[in-house]
Amino acid sequence: MTSTAGLALTHARFLLLENLRVPIAVLSAALFPALSLLFFVVPFDYADDPAAAATAVAQLAVFGVMSSSLFTFGVGVADDREKSWDPYLRTLPAPVWPRIVGRLLTGFVFGVIAVVPVLAIGAIATSATATGAQLLAGVAALLVAGMPFLLGGLAIGYSMSVKAALPVTQLVFFPVAFGGGLLLPPALFPGWLQALSPALPSRGARDLVVWAAVGTPPSTVALVAFAGWTVLTGALAGWAYRRDQGRRFH
Amino acid sequence: MITSLARAVGVTRRYGATVALDDVDLDVPAGTITGLLGPNGAGKSTLLNLLVGLRRPDSGRVELFGGSPLDAVNRRRLGMTPQETGLPSTLRVGEVLDFVGRHYPDPVRVGELLARFGLTGLERRQTGGLSGGQRRRLAVALAFVGRPSLVVLDEPTTGLDVEARRGLWDGIRAFHADGGTVLLTSHYLEEVEQLAQRVVVIGDGRVLADGNIAQIRGMVSLSRVTLRSPGLPDLPGVTRCERDGDRYDLHTPDADQLVRDLVHSGTPFSELQVRPTSLEEAFLTLTVPPTRSHEHPDSRTHPDSPHTHPDPHTRITRLARTDTPTRGEEGVRR
Repeated sequence: MTSTAGLALTHARFLLLENLRVPIAVLSAALFPALSLLFFVVPFDYADDPAAAATAVAQLAVFGVMSSSLFTFGVGVADDREKSWDPYLRTLPAPVWPRIVGRLLTGFVFGVIAVVPVLAIGAIATSATATGAQLLAGVAALLVAGMPFLLGGLAIGYSMSVKAALPVTQLVFFPVAFGGGLLLPPALFPGWLQALSPALPSRGARDLVVWAAVGTPPSTVALVAFAGWTVLTGALAGWAYRRDQGRRFH
Repeated sequence: MITSLARAVGVTRRYGATVALDDVDLDVPAGTITGLLGPNGAGKSTLLNLLVGLRRPDSGRVELFGGSPLDAVNRRRLGMTPQETGLPSTLRVGEVLDFVGRHYPDPVRVGELLARFGLTGLERRQTGGLSGGQRRRLAVALAFVGRPSLVVLDEPTTGLDVEARRGLWDGIRAFHADGGTVLLTSHYLEEVEQLAQRVVVIGDGRVLADGNIAQIRGMVSLSRVTLRSPGLPDLPGVTRCERDGDRYDLHTPDADQLVRDLVHSGTPFSELQVRPTSLEEAFLTLTVPPTRSHEHPDSRTHPDSPHTHPDPHTRITRLARTDTPTRGEEGVRR
């Protein structure tokens, strides 16, 4: 029998194949953050300021990770749960976790698909530069930054139908992304939003990545809130997963 | 040595207030084809889900290859079909077979499976682009990928045309001839008759009968005789009798004999009609014994009460007796 780690890779491979064959899903994951950079950053002055440009690139990378996490886990898991394929796979001689690990890896690949074009455009069309160490630190920070969105996506996916998961994900996604300063730097926000912003998980995620890649110190409140969101979404995801298993497989 | 590949012992399963299975026993001995027969909603699928580890019983015990079906190891020699509507639509036929095969130590080659299930040439087609019959054949092929000893098929031929159905039946027979064990569900008596040596009739979450084909056919191949009469004498061979004013509705395994008896009795009657009962009507006869009025619905939640739980074997004896040789086999056939 294939080792279970190998099985997780097999699940990831076929889940990826399944998803990559829907070109619009790939395009929207890859293009939206990159196009935002192209239209909202590149044409303006601050693209010429290396620190501001690098910050913008970091923000949009977080944006890409956030959207791919929320959509692959929120909508993807909800979709999986509605198909009879998922229960069938459980009758195969394998434990449940290779499927779960496979899905996590799929989300990771979609994150890469979203981030790479942002980095490429950032390097080519803006004055942003990064040393190898900065880039590495930034990517590591991105992995951490994605956690509350990954877990939040799982919480949505395991607790809702596709019909509910899709609008809920969209509804949560945009305001949280904007409010966290992923599209515009928080410095440009009106006062009330500047006050609210650190409470959002997206702000802590942004601050982390900007700190790692550019060096701007993060807001402590935002980091504490980020940790809180990670714990909260983790608890929600665990609760939703157990409830779903209890309903469908108990 | 394990002689029973799958087993349910005193299994009860509820969904909220609904009792899907009520103290069910089932044994699937190695080398047999067992048919689970019953109308929709009888509990067949719930029983299969318990046996393959998708669900857990509320009480009772389930075994697969002598262990718990929740243990992946005990599912190594099990083959099951997905619902064909659930196949991942963007994956190709060959990819789906390959993917499932990777879960087994010694999977059958994709090319061989394609040939065996009439899918040759469709290897590179995405499953979303297949016809309903092709998708069904792929779903059934998936049950055989891992060289199983036990194959569980839930309504394998629903929606297939006659030719495809016969092809599939041949495939199941060939698997059985090689020593394979099959557990299949159907709500068609004909399908179960074609394949199974043994039939387990499930209705209302209980095992109503467990016997060979001839026994079960005697129980469920009933005719329904309706007529108007001011009053009927006691007629032999009537398994169920309903009266509404002067309208009678009789179920019998031998309509010819019933009509003969009726004429001999000299009772006046009119508007005589004879037609075969549907499987559902026959199940009703099994569920509600003729000598007893309807059970109180609440009594179903007390599986230990002998009144609500007739012994299936005595019922076979009672009904099989009506299938006596003097009337001939033909008499009970629909």
